[in-house]
Amino acid sequence: MKFGILVSEGPYTHQSSDSAYQFAKAALEKGHDIYRIFFYHDGVNNGTRLTTPPQDDRNIVARWSEMAEKYNIDLVVCVAAAQRRGIADPEEAKRNGKDADNIAPGFRISGLGQLIEAGIQCDRLVTFGE
Amino acid sequence: MEDEMMEEGGVIKKFMYINRTAPYGTIYALEALEVVLIGAAFEQDVSMVFIDDGIYQLKKDQDTDGIEMKNFSKTYRALEMYDVEKLYVDKQSLEERGLTEDDLLVDVEIKTTDELTALMEEQDVVLSF
Repeated sequence: MKFGILVSEGPYTHQSSDSAYQFAKAALEKGHDIYRIFFYHDGVNNGTRLTTPPQDDRNIVARWSEMAEKYNIDLVVCVAAAQRRGIADPEEAKRNGKDADNIAPGFRISGLGQLIEAGIQCDRLVTFGE
Repeated sequence: MEDEMMEEGGVIKKFMYINRTAPYGTIYALEALEVVLIGAAFEQDVSMVFIDDGIYQLKKDQDTDGIEMKNFSKTYRALEMYDVEKLYVDKQSLEERGLTEDDLLVDVEIKTTDELTALMEEQDVVLSF
């Protein structure tokens, strides 16, 4: 089955990112397809490489990056939500006159159309949020 | 999904946006509206449902001066121009808040919980905010 995933809460505060990750991992290991994982609302905070959790805790952001690399998963951060919350890739940082970017490896910033497209293309769009 | 309609080579799915939160206090209502407006360009079969405190998103005469936030309530009136015309309001949520259809800033269809349940059952994609 082809899945799309929407993550709509930030890491650590909510369990949503953990549940989404575990769902995606289980689906991939069973041979399903993950078409795209879309990060919206505070979910965009899953995509900053500046996250530094204590060493004895899971690194949610690094875990996504590793999954993206291993399975070639499309991790998309919503541009409008990202701008509000200070998540930027090099192009966005330049375009908005910022002195740094912070996007984590394997993530890309794009528009909400990517979420709608996932809804259209996938057999199921599964939301992890409030 | 066997009952998907095909048009101009593309798939048209039933998208339902469920709005459960008050317009201010959290950003969910505002960012939900952004999804609906962007989504309109994809020409899908769209409906919006207002339940619980989501009812307040449609309340007339919102005034946000005191909280220094943008009053985006006028945007709901523009939905029609985006061909988003199916707006459903949960009857019980409306009554519990002491509101009637006259208190709302757009034309809506009032639905019972059972009717909304049936509508949700028909959807391909449900996004809840």
